[in-house]
Amino acid sequence: MSTPAVHSLWTTAADRIPQIGAPKIEYGQLSPTLILLGAALVGVLVEAFVPRRSRYYAQVFVSVVALCAAFAAVVGLAADGYGTTKAHVAAMGAIAVDGPSLFLQGVIVLAGLVGLFTFAERRLDPAAGGNRVDSFAAQAAAVPGSDTEKAAVKAGFTTTEVFPLLLFAVSGMLVFTSANDLLTLFVALEVFSLPLYLLCALARRKRLMSQEAAVKYFLLGAFASAFTLFGIALLYGYAGSVSYARIAQVVDGSVTDVNPALADTMGNDALLLIGAALLVMGLLFKVGAVPFHMWTPDVYQGAPTPVTGFMAAATKVAAFGALLRLLYVVLPGMRWDWRPVMWAVAIITMLGGAIVAITQTDIKRLLAYSSIAHAGFILAGVIATSKNGVSSVLFYLAGYSFVTIGAFAVVTLVRDAGGEATHLSKWAGLGRRSPLVAAVFAVFLLAFAGIPLTSGFAGKFAVFKAAAAGGAAPLVVIGVISSAIAAFFYIRVIVLMFFSEPKPEGPTVAVPSPLTMLAIGLGVAVTLVLGVAPQYFLNLANQASVFVR
Amino acid sequence: MEKLIALLIAAPLLGAAVLLVGGRRLDRVGHWIGTLLSTASFVIGLLLFADLLGKNAEHRTLIQHLWTWIPVEGFQADVTFRLDQLSMTFVLLITGVGSLIHLYSVGYMEHDERRRRFFGYLNLFLAAMLLLVLADNYLLLYVGWEGVGLASYLLIGFWQHKPSAATAAKKAFLVNRVGDMGLSIAIMLMFTTFGSFAFGPVFGHVDGASQGKLTAIGLMLLLAACGKSAQVPLQSWLGDAMEGPTPVSALIHAATMVTAGVYLIVRSAAVFNAAPDAQLVVTVVGTVTLLFGAIVGCAKDDIKKALAGSTMSQIGYMVLAAGLGPIGYVFAIMHLVTHGFFKAGLFLGAGSVMHGMNDEVDMRKFGGLRKYMPVTFITFGLGYLAIIGFPGLSGFFSKDKIIEAAFAKGGTEGWILGGAALVGAAITAFYMTRVMLMTFFGEKRWQPDAEGHEPHPHESPAVMTIPMIVLAVGSVLGGAFFSIGDRFLKWLEPVTGHSEGHSPVSAGEVTIATMVCLVIGVGIAWAQYGRKPVPALAPRGSLLTRAARRDLLQDDFNHVVLVRGGEHLTRSLVYLDHSLVDGVVNGTAAGFGGLSGRLRRLQNGFARSYAVSMFGGAALLVAATLLMRAV
Repeated sequence: MSTPAVHSLWTTAADRIPQIGAPKIEYGQLSPTLILLGAALVGVLVEAFVPRRSRYYAQVFVSVVALCAAFAAVVGLAADGYGTTKAHVAAMGAIAVDGPSLFLQGVIVLAGLVGLFTFAERRLDPAAGGNRVDSFAAQAAAVPGSDTEKAAVKAGFTTTEVFPLLLFAVSGMLVFTSANDLLTLFVALEVFSLPLYLLCALARRKRLMSQEAAVKYFLLGAFASAFTLFGIALLYGYAGSVSYARIAQVVDGSVTDVNPALADTMGNDALLLIGAALLVMGLLFKVGAVPFHMWTPDVYQGAPTPVTGFMAAATKVAAFGALLRLLYVVLPGMRWDWRPVMWAVAIITMLGGAIVAITQTDIKRLLAYSSIAHAGFILAGVIATSKNGVSSVLFYLAGYSFVTIGAFAVVTLVRDAGGEATHLSKWAGLGRRSPLVAAVFAVFLLAFAGIPLTSGFAGKFAVFKAAAAGGAAPLVVIGVISSAIAAFFYIRVIVLMFFSEPKPEGPTVAVPSPLTMLAIGLGVAVTLVLGVAPQYFLNLANQASVFVR
Repeated sequence: MEKLIALLIAAPLLGAAVLLVGGRRLDRVGHWIGTLLSTASFVIGLLLFADLLGKNAEHRTLIQHLWTWIPVEGFQADVTFRLDQLSMTFVLLITGVGSLIHLYSVGYMEHDERRRRFFGYLNLFLAAMLLLVLADNYLLLYVGWEGVGLASYLLIGFWQHKPSAATAAKKAFLVNRVGDMGLSIAIMLMFTTFGSFAFGPVFGHVDGASQGKLTAIGLMLLLAACGKSAQVPLQSWLGDAMEGPTPVSALIHAATMVTAGVYLIVRSAAVFNAAPDAQLVVTVVGTVTLLFGAIVGCAKDDIKKALAGSTMSQIGYMVLAAGLGPIGYVFAIMHLVTHGFFKAGLFLGAGSVMHGMNDEVDMRKFGGLRKYMPVTFITFGLGYLAIIGFPGLSGFFSKDKIIEAAFAKGGTEGWILGGAALVGAAITAFYMTRVMLMTFFGEKRWQPDAEGHEPHPHESPAVMTIPMIVLAVGSVLGGAFFSIGDRFLKWLEPVTGHSEGHSPVSAGEVTIATMVCLVIGVGIAWAQYGRKPVPALAPRGSLLTRAARRDLLQDDFNHVVLVRGGEHLTRSLVYLDHSLVDGVVNGTAAGFGGLSGRLRRLQNGFARSYAVSMFGGAALLVAATLLMRAV
C-alpha cells in the first residue's frame, strides 16, 4: 500500500554506491612528524606577522618547544611499545611505526635540537646595526656585494626563516626513515632536501661560495632524485605496487593474488634489478657513498657551518634509515644480488674517503671526507643483513651524529678577520692558546678515529663485529685498514694543534653563547658516555632493530 | 707451627722497609735494627727446626698457604710456602751465616756513611733469599730469584762512586739476566707440559711427560743455575762482583746466593732424575767449572779474587754432585753447608786483613801477617784447612763424599768425573796454600801507599772477630757432625732420595788418593811460595798463568763473541729497520699520500663532472647488479 518515498530511491541507490572511506590516520602515532610540520607552519606565520625584532626569539622558542615535544612524543611511543610489540604500519600503509623508525626519529630530532642551538648562536659574528647576528645571510635575496646587501647588513637583518626551514627538513627526515611506500619515500626525500638546498645558500660570510655550494647541491640532488624516481617507476612496473610489503612479496615470490598484469611483469627481472639499483643509488647519493660523494666536500665547505653540522649528522641518519628499510624490508629477496654490489661500494667508500682526506688542507673538507669514510663503515654494518647489523648501524648513527655536530660547532669557534678560519695551517698551536677548545676537538677527532673510550670505538666495533659475523670478514679487514689510514689525518690535526708552534697572526677562539656550549658539551658527553658505557644503548638499539613489514 | 714460616721472610723484609724508607733519622741505630731482625729470623728458624726434629721423618713438611696470587681460569699462582728438610737447611744457613755477617758488618762498615742503607739491602737480600728457598712453586721462587739478583746488584755496586763497582754490578746483573731467562723459559715449559708450576703437580706428573720436554726443562733450569751460581759459561761476573764490600762477598757471593743454583737443581731432583741427558750436562758443567775456577784461583794476586775463583770451583763440586742424581744430592747440599761456613769464614778473614791493611787486596803486599793478626790468622787457617780437606775438618768429609760419588757414577764417566774431582782437590790445596803463605807467612812486604801512609796491621775489633770464630768452629766441626752416623744423610734423604751407586774403587782408596793429591798440592805451593821469597811484582809467568790471570780469557771470549757479535747484530737490525721496515712503512704512507693527491684532482669543482661521475657510478651499479644475476 505504501508507496515508496521518493527519497527512498536515492537512499537505496546511495547504499549501492561504494563508499569513499576517509583515510584512517593514526594521528597519535604520527605525532612527532605532525608536531614538527605544525611548528614549521607556525614559524612561517611568525615570519609574516611578528615584528622583525621579536622574530628571532619567537622562532627559537617555537622550534625548541616543537623539537622537545617531538622528542617526547617519540619517547612516549617507544615507551608505549610501538618500537617492539605494537610495531605496525600506520597511515594506510604509508608510514611504518617500528623500532628502527622510532630510534632514528629520536636521533634525528635530537640532532635537530642540537643543530638548532648552533643555528641560534649569535655571539660569534660581530654585531651589526646594534643587533646581534648569526651565521646566516642578512638578506638571502640580496645579491652578494650589492648595495642591498650592504644595507641589509648595516641594518642588522637576520634570516630567521632558517628555523622553519630546519623544522621542515627534520620533519621530512622523520618521514624518510619511516616511509613504507615508494611514493611517501620520494615525497619525504624532497621535503627534507629542498630546505637543505636553501639553508646551504644562506652563509653570512663567503656568500658566493655558499651559493655555489647550494647550486651544486641542488643540481646534483635533482639529478639523483631523477634516478630515484626512475628506479621507483621501474619497481612499480615490476611489482604493480609502490607498497613496500607488496613489492617484497613479489620479489621473494610469496605473492598470492597474481593478476594478469602482474603475471606479465613479475618475471621481468631486469625491471627489478635496474629499478632497485637506481633507487639504491639515490639513497647512496644522500649518504655520500663513493662514487656519488662528490657533492659532499664542496657543499660541506660552502654551507654555513651550523648547517653543515646538522646536515652531515641528520641527513646521514635519515638516509641510512631509508636505505636499511629498503634493503631489509623491500629487497631481502634479492640480497644475493645487492650484497656483492654493496660490498664494492662499501670498500671504495671506506678507502676513497680515507685516502683523499689525507691531502686535505681545509678542516671542513677534511671532515667531509671523514664523513664519506664513515658512510663506508656504516655500509659494512648494513651489509651484515642481520639483526645485529641493524642494531650496530643504529648505534653507530646515534654516536656519530653527536660527534659530527659537536666537531662542526667547534669549527665555528675558531675565527679570524674573515670569519671562520678553516684552513688547517691556522689551527697550528691551537692547543697552546686555547687548550680547552683544542682538547674538546681532540676528543671528537679521537671518536672519529675510533679510539677506545669514545663512541666511535664502540660503534665501529659493533659494526665490524656484525659484518664479520655476517660473513663479510674481508670487508672488516679493509675497514680496519681504512681506519688506520683515517687515524693518520685525525691524529695529524691533534699533533698540529698541540705540538706545533702557534702562528703569530693565528685565529682567535671566540667565546660562544651557552647555546653552542650546550651543543658541544652534549657532543662530548654523548661521545664519552657511549664510549665508556655503551651497553645500555647497545641494548636499546638491539631492541629497536626489528622492522615491521 | 707453619704459621711461623711467613715470619721468617717478614722479619728481614720489615727491616729492609724500615731501613730504606726510614731515612737519615735511623742512621745511628739502623745497623742494629738490621742485625736484630736478621737474628729474629734465625731464632724463628731454630724454633721451626726444633719443631721439625720433633716429628717423624715423613711428616717434616710444613705448608703455609697465604693467599692466591694470580687467580685466573686455568692459571693459578699461590703464595704458598713449603718448609721441608731441604728448605730448613737453607733457612738455617741463610739466617745463621747471615746474622753473623750482619754482626761483622757493624764493625766493617763502621766508617761508611751509608751504613744504614747497606743494612737495608742486606735485609732485603735475606728476605728474597728466604722467599727463594721457601717458595712452593716455581713462579714464587722466581720472585725470590729476581729479588736476590736485585739485592746482589745493589750490593756489588754499593760503592757506586767507583766506576769499577758500578760496572761490576751491571755486569753481574746482565749476565744473570741470561740465566733468569732460562728460569722463566723453564717455568713456561712446565706450564705447557704439566699445566702447573707448583712443586707438587710438576714432580707428580714427571712420568707422563716426554723425554724431550723434560730434557729441555732440565737444561733451562741448568742455565738458570749457571747464571746464579757462576758456572761456566755464565761465570764471568763473579770475579768482578768482589768489588762489593767484603761482607757482601762472604754472604752473597760465597755462602748463600751463589748456591741458589745448586738448590734449584736439587729441588728439581724429580725432573733431573727423569732426564739423564740433562743430568749429564749438569755434571759436565760442574766438572769444567770446578777445574776452571781452581785454575783461575791459582793465578790471582787479589785475595778476594782468588777466593772468588775458589768459590766458583767449590760450587762446581756441588753442581757435579747434584748432576750425579740420587747418589750425590745429599752431598751437594752437605758441601754447600760446610762451604757456607768455611768460605764465609775465609772471606771474613780476608775482610779483616783488608781492614787492617788500608783496604789493600794484593797478596804480594801482605806477608807475615800472622804475628799482627793472630785471631784472623787462626780462624782463616782453620777455614783453609777445612777447604783443602784436611782430615777431620768439614771439607774433608763433604768433598771426599763428592769425589766418591763421582766415581760411583760408574763406567768411563765415573772415572773421568772422579779423576777430574781429584785433580781439582790437588789444585785447591795448591791455591789455598798459596793464599795462606802469601798472606800470613814469609817476610812482610807492605809498603806505604801513594799518600805515604804506612799500613799498621792490627787485629779487628771483637764485633768482627766473634763471627769469624763462630764460623771457624763450624768449619772445623760441621763435617764431622754431619757425617758421623750419617746424620745429614738421614735428615735430607726423605726429600732428595739417596742411592749408593756402584763405585769401582772403595771409599778407603778414594780417601787415600785425596790425601795424596792434597799433599802434592800443598807441597808444590810450599816449594813455590814457602821456600822462596814472594816477589813484590808478579813474574810474567807461563802462558797458562797469564791466561788464568785474565780469568782464562772469559771476558775476551765474551767480548769477541757476544759484545762484537751483538753489536754487529744490532747494527744489521737497525739497518734492516731503517731500510726495510721503515721503508715499507714510509713507502706505504707515501703511496697513500700520492694516491690521495691524484684522487683529489678528480674533485675539480665542476658540477658537470660530478654529475658524470654519478652517472658513471649509477651505470656501474646497474651493470654490476645485472651481472650478479647473470653469474
